[in-house]
Amino acid sequence: MLVPLSLLRKYVPVSLSPAELAHALTMAGTEIGEVSEVGADWDRDKVLVGRVLSVDPHPNADRLTLPTVDLGGGETKRVVCGAPNVAAGQKIAFAHEGARLYSYRSGRVEPLKAAKIRGVVSAGMVCSALELGLGEDHEGILVLDDDAPAGTPLVDVLGDAVLDAEVTPNRPDCLSVLGVAHEVAAITGETVIEPDLSYPEDGGPIEDRVKIEIADPDLCGRYTASLVEGVTVGPSPKWLRDALERLGQRPINNIVDVTNFVMMEYGQPLHAFDLDTIEDSTVVIRTARSDESLATLDDETRTLRPPMLVIADPSRAIALAGVIGGADTAVTEGTTSILIESASFDAINTRKTASGLRISSEAAYRFERGIRADLAPLALRRATKLILEVAGGTAARGIMDVHPGRGPAPVVSISRRRIRQSLGVDLGMDEVERVLGSLGFERDDASASSSDDELAMKVPYWRADIAIEDDLVEEVARIVGYDNIPTTMLSTPVPHHEPDPLRRTRETLRDLLAAAGMQEVISYSLTDSATLDAVRAADDGPEPIAIANPMSSEMQVLRTSLRGSALRTLAANLRVSRGDGLRLFEIGSVYLAKDEAKERDLPEERQMAVGVLAGPRGDVSWLVEQGGMDFFDAKGVLESVSDGLGVELEYEPSSDPVMRPGRTARLTCAGKPVGVVGEVDRDVLGRFDVDEGVAMFELDVEALYGAIGNETAGFSGVSRFPESERDFALLVDETVPSARIRKIIGQHKLVVRAAPFDVYSGEGVPAGKKSIAYRVAFQSPSGTLTTAEVDRAQGDLLRRLGREVGAELRG
Amino acid sequence: MIGGSCTSLGAGADSLTVFLGQTYNCTIVPNAEHAARLPGDTLAEDATTELVDEVQARAQQDLRSAATLDALERWRISYLGRGGELTLVLRSLGSLAPEARRDVGAAANKAKAVLEEGLADRRGEIEDAADASSADEEAIDVTLPGRPAPRGGLHPTTRMVREICDAFVSMGFDVVEGPEVEWDSYNFEALNIPRDHPARDMWNSLWVDYADDTGHRPMLLRTHTSPMQARIMEKTRPPVRVVVPGKCYRYEATDATHEWHFYQVEGLAVDEGITFADLKGTLYEFARRIFGQERRIRFRCDYFPFVEPGVDMSIDCFKCDGGGCRICGGTGWIEIMGAGMVHPNVLEGVGYDPDVYTGFAFGMGPERIAMLKHGIDDIRLFYSNDLRFLRQF
Repeated sequence: MLVPLSLLRKYVPVSLSPAELAHALTMAGTEIGEVSEVGADWDRDKVLVGRVLSVDPHPNADRLTLPTVDLGGGETKRVVCGAPNVAAGQKIAFAHEGARLYSYRSGRVEPLKAAKIRGVVSAGMVCSALELGLGEDHEGILVLDDDAPAGTPLVDVLGDAVLDAEVTPNRPDCLSVLGVAHEVAAITGETVIEPDLSYPEDGGPIEDRVKIEIADPDLCGRYTASLVEGVTVGPSPKWLRDALERLGQRPINNIVDVTNFVMMEYGQPLHAFDLDTIEDSTVVIRTARSDESLATLDDETRTLRPPMLVIADPSRAIALAGVIGGADTAVTEGTTSILIESASFDAINTRKTASGLRISSEAAYRFERGIRADLAPLALRRATKLILEVAGGTAARGIMDVHPGRGPAPVVSISRRRIRQSLGVDLGMDEVERVLGSLGFERDDASASSSDDELAMKVPYWRADIAIEDDLVEEVARIVGYDNIPTTMLSTPVPHHEPDPLRRTRETLRDLLAAAGMQEVISYSLTDSATLDAVRAADDGPEPIAIANPMSSEMQVLRTSLRGSALRTLAANLRVSRGDGLRLFEIGSVYLAKDEAKERDLPEERQMAVGVLAGPRGDVSWLVEQGGMDFFDAKGVLESVSDGLGVELEYEPSSDPVMRPGRTARLTCAGKPVGVVGEVDRDVLGRFDVDEGVAMFELDVEALYGAIGNETAGFSGVSRFPESERDFALLVDETVPSARIRKIIGQHKLVVRAAPFDVYSGEGVPAGKKSIAYRVAFQSPSGTLTTAEVDRAQGDLLRRLGREVGAELRG
Repeated sequence: MIGGSCTSLGAGADSLTVFLGQTYNCTIVPNAEHAARLPGDTLAEDATTELVDEVQARAQQDLRSAATLDALERWRISYLGRGGELTLVLRSLGSLAPEARRDVGAAANKAKAVLEEGLADRRGEIEDAADASSADEEAIDVTLPGRPAPRGGLHPTTRMVREICDAFVSMGFDVVEGPEVEWDSYNFEALNIPRDHPARDMWNSLWVDYADDTGHRPMLLRTHTSPMQARIMEKTRPPVRVVVPGKCYRYEATDATHEWHFYQVEGLAVDEGITFADLKGTLYEFARRIFGQERRIRFRCDYFPFVEPGVDMSIDCFKCDGGGCRICGGTGWIEIMGAGMVHPNVLEGVGYDPDVYTGFAFGMGPERIAMLKHGIDDIRLFYSNDLRFLRQF
């Protein structure tokens, strides 16, 4: 809502500067986004109102003239002028040398220089709208209204500031200049000057001329109308056109301009019909019939359906109530009799109609926010008065006022106790009454609930948002100012909390992954089916959940896997990584529709972790050879993480449609599956435009948490006796997993550590066999082991390994 | 066999020699058999103090020219070794007259001590010089990069969400989470935003593609974390004090300050006796923790259907301290969150008596706060996951 200060001042005195006013309104809830000042550049002593005394021809140029301008106080100036429209007697805007004006030539605001044009010195300039920054017009000079005295600073006549108010949906009253004026009055303590609504009612009684019937009182709570006959339709006077332009509206003709102006003045949409086009001068407000059609003012033909509300005559719809007028009954140049409508339409139905037909109009915008029915007759009388002023004609006596649903003015009470309870401040009720009074609320003396500590207040006619006591509490708080409410710390008891251990595990996992060298990413939860298809098996879980109104084809479904976005992110970063290794992880939800009755249940939001590693193991370095990352890099990260979580992950050869066969392991924890690690299949990588090897892991955070449980780790004693280390190499079949050997070794009661340090096959090792060398540490909790005891333990181990996995000691 | 062990040790090991030379008062036992075969035999001549002085002077001169440990060892053998000149002087003492023996013996023992001390000093000098020269050879360019260890890191949103939650946890708030795919009834209706209410325009929604029999779509991606207000209050009785971090979604064109996919941190405190003054105090404390102890806060009236009164909180600009700069758009103040007292309709909806219980709620965008703190000028950087951005945090 654009609020020109020049217009606002007609309803409330404003002594604040535009910036101060904008700040005060913003703090009280009407946020002012921008203040554009008109004439801020005009020097008071250099840009003045002038009167053209005479216009002489230029001796050396046919297209130029030499107007002499009276600047008041006996001062006159002769200038050179190129505008065709300059004429003696005009009031014009005159600029002295040095005035800062927009230059058509340079495209900038710059000081006016003295000039000799075709041999004649110009002592200043008669300005066009463009030079003053008022518009685009550069063809002719700007001609002013005649009432400004010559010599007046132009800024006092044309200067203005336009406030752009961002009005919240609860305050349709602030979608009007009067509504904002009431806010200003409350803030500054001034009083609003309500517009004059009286006009001569010289015609016959309106009831004799028109009939109005509300067929659907639920959707139309009040309908008022007036009649003016013998109008002359034409352009609006300058003041009205100027006002509309500063309000951001396009002038159309004097009748429509008045209805638009009054809508901006009161916030009440109005409509003017050409009465002669309405059959039987009869208006019915009813719901549309199925497939009824209406040609609307925007040159569209609309197909209507119930429960859209229409204004109709006995045979057809003539307007879409509260949304847009009909083309057939519009005011045109030949119109002489007009019926002016000012009504109250249901907010929700208006909103559904407008959004259903994709029409956005100033009228619908206001009606859907809920407008008080009390506004209708006021705005109607105001519009009728102005139409008589700008278009002539005779107004019928009286107005039509059909108000089936209208009740008494609402009364809402406010108590000292509630103010204390809500705001934490004790305000005197005198102060409360004063503040509410400044906003237009009046004490309802008839109400029984008023007392020393409670006030019953009548809600002013323009406020549609006050229904309960807390609404009044807010009114008081915002005008008193939130700075004047004390600042205290919570003093109520801290509630008993049950921390969420899954969340704690997830956050620990995040920290561990970062500590293991992985960079966290967060990607969009929506993706496209192709991306998901590329990373899932045919039978892999439920169909993804689709979005009804996706913003783009890439954001159509909720992800059922993090793999796709991880690979996409990896691919995008590989393109700019300059050959550095990349280690990325994401922890986030996947969204799995529940199989049965997915409409009745929210989907499962399963928390998953995914990691991808690609490129060289180290950054470019003079020290380290640049090996490409593989399965064991991903596994190393998982080992570091599981160690940090204090859990044992088991790795079993497995397959996964996205992973390379033979280079993939299923992860289990305490026997339960918790994830997968492997190298990504090359075809899959191709679909993401990745042409180097990628190792990937995926962890089901909830399953992992479930396997860990929430137990505190137990303590086992630390032996104070020395360890004895032995290295030995075993020959086993190639198919024997090292984890099995390690498990057997680890089960010996004297073994405290065992790790393979060399794996070899080839020369010196029989075909089909591999050699695995282990370093095993023996230790006893009860004494230093003798060589014989270690020998015996090693012998036990080798015999068991021989028996269970066919291992022989390599000679 | 003390003497024997002394000499056998003295023969080879430098360190032990030094050790002996310095501290072991070795009794020299004449050994004719060995002495007979050693060079520089001066037994024929009677030892005198002049001889001792001469030997000492020569030895000290030689010592200065011994430049290596080997040369030093040769020097030691020739003067202090078993057949060394001074050793022979000492051995010959027995053949002197008692008076001469005393004088020459004292001089010789003194000379021996002086030479041993000189030996130790010289050895130290030579070793220091050797260390210095080998340090030159082993020197490295300490400005070369180290052996790379992979550097990981957390997403800036994760960091900011944690920082925000931690601030509230220290004020007795619990951290809870809730579903991102949500019912219309929780996302809007429980929050005093009925269907077809124009306030819904404040939250353009992404709807899940299911419709009920009336064509209504009941499920959507939550547009804020506020639906957790109702979910939490339905499950617990007052007192309630929680913060709710999580992802939210809006059907919104993206630009430098708008992203359709973002995080929010919601807060809710409900009990008997909680007031707007408590809201001010809690959020003031929060602002100081996040933006610095000297921060001031300001509230202005704003509208959210689920709070009454509703406000918007600003902090004074931490860049210009309120003077006006680019960060605060010249106003000196930066809006950081919406807040207000929980609307009685919301409390009633979850079965709390609004005459008894009051509370406040607030909501903020961690990305916006991170943008302010780090001077990030485009919110789209957060979820486009360019490592060149992410690694800066």
